[in-house]
Amino acid sequence: MFEIQNLKYKDILDINILELESGKVFCLFGESGSGKSTLLKIFNGMLTPDEGVVRYKKEKITQLDPVELRKEVVMLGQDPVVFEGTVRDNLLAGLRFSGENEVTDQEMSSLLKELHLEKELDEDATKLSGGEQQRLAFGRVLLMNANVYLMDEPTSALDEGTETVVMDYFTKNIKKQNKTVIMVTHSKEISEKYSDRIIYMDEILTKVGVHHE
Amino acid sequence: MNEMLEITIWQLVSAYIFIVILLAIVRWRKIPREKEIVIATLRMTIQLVLVGYLLMFIFENEKMIYSLIVLTIMETFAVYNIFKRTKQKLSKDLKKIIALSMVSGTLFAFIYFDFVVVQFSPWYDPRYFIPIAGMLIGNSMTGITLGVSALVEGFTSRRKEVEAALMLGATPNKASQGIVNHAFDSAILPTINSMVGMGIVFLPGMMTGVILSGAGPLDAIKYQIAIMLGITGSVSLSVILFLYLGYKTFFNKYAQLKL
Ligand SMILES: Nc1ncnc2c1ncn2[C@@H]1O[C@H](COP(=O)(O)OP(=O)(O)OP(=O)(O)O)[C@@H](O)[C@H]1O
Ligand SMILES: [Mg+2]
Repeated sequence: MFEIQNLKYKDILDINILELESGKVFCLFGESGSGKSTLLKIFNGMLTPDEGVVRYKKEKITQLDPVELRKEVVMLGQDPVVFEGTVRDNLLAGLRFSGENEVTDQEMSSLLKELHLEKELDEDATKLSGGEQQRLAFGRVLLMNANVYLMDEPTSALDEGTETVVMDYFTKNIKKQNKTVIMVTHSKEISEKYSDRIIYMDEILTKVGVHHE
Repeated sequence: MNEMLEITIWQLVSAYIFIVILLAIVRWRKIPREKEIVIATLRMTIQLVLVGYLLMFIFENEKMIYSLIVLTIMETFAVYNIFKRTKQKLSKDLKKIIALSMVSGTLFAFIYFDFVVVQFSPWYDPRYFIPIAGMLIGNSMTGITLGVSALVEGFTSRRKEVEAALMLGATPNKASQGIVNHAFDSAILPTINSMVGMGIVFLPGMMTGVILSGAGPLDAIKYQIAIMLGITGSVSLSVILFLYLGYKTFFNKYAQLKL
């Protein structure tokens, strides 16, 4: 699905080679500041590497239309963003951005239930708590019919119980549809329980210094 | 038609009493603004006297080239004034767009006004050409200034929102829709408000001038309606042009938000 060769981005990323197969759940694991969010943004076309090649389905990312790429490879950023408006507006936002068909209120309500987010669709989304906003942003991404889901610490603000509920639901659906997930997490349990493969940042990064001689 | 009342030089001097009163008040209240007030008064006087002589010269030598030179100066001044009045740092590209939309928006509205609505004759008749161009340019300048501030401010404060939208496959256009609409709103609001208050809250300069020069109020009002519509057209055109081209300067060719 993704292939990286000799990627360099500022002095943040230096990756010789990395290959990610389709239809799997990957967990990105690494200490704070190691460049996990930066790497996801490169996959999503939000950042462009200074050097090297990144391919998505055999094609160089720089040669793809960035907007078309992002419709297939959607990303949930590290800080949950809530748009002005109702819960419904927020859930539909992704579909509206990418021009997909909207879903019904019923589908949205049942999604909220699965995410343990007991809120009305007409409620003002900006008044939700931090963890609720995170689940709302999560739900917005789940409604999108993408190929790859890049999730940057999607459950960081949730308690363990809620986290398990959300992750169970998410991975169950993803597996059913054979989608690819690359997820950043700080939790060992999450990565061991849900991922097919754990990617350790310090293993894929070329040690600093080697290239500066 | 009755002639305009002459003001003698001594009557004019007596009007400066208002400034003297103002100075007395600020001194009494210990507001440190005396210098600014004096400078502003002097500037206003000198600028108007100079402009008076300049206009006298231009009106007496009715030549196309003079009208066009004045128009160029007004456009240039307006563009620089927008740069100066905007607090935020502006990128080179954005400055180009400001100049482009300011000039083409006002010119388009003005040409329509000149050749279709009022039909000055000759088309460069400085008596109409200069004050009306000035009004369109001045109002568009204010509109664009407000639009620029709102746009830059919007991209700064709502950066995360724009990025979140892009990450989900929004085009730059869609991702900045909220910011652009808000900027349009704040740029156009003063013009709309002044239409609402027109004639009740204030008699605008144009009409005051026409009435003072001895025309009947109904003629003055016809002019005022036309000019108000012209101003609205000029402001909306230049602001729309600016916003439509301007938001693009915040994105690079990979549809990423520039820093
Ligand atoms: N826009 C930027 N410009 C320059 N440096 C940046 C930028 N964004 C992040 N960095 C730096 O890049 C490094 C990696 O950041 P990144 O956000 O990718 O880390 P991370 O692994 O996601 O960390 P965390 O677990 O804390 O989220 C950090 O040292 C950060 O300071
Ligand atoms: Mg991060």
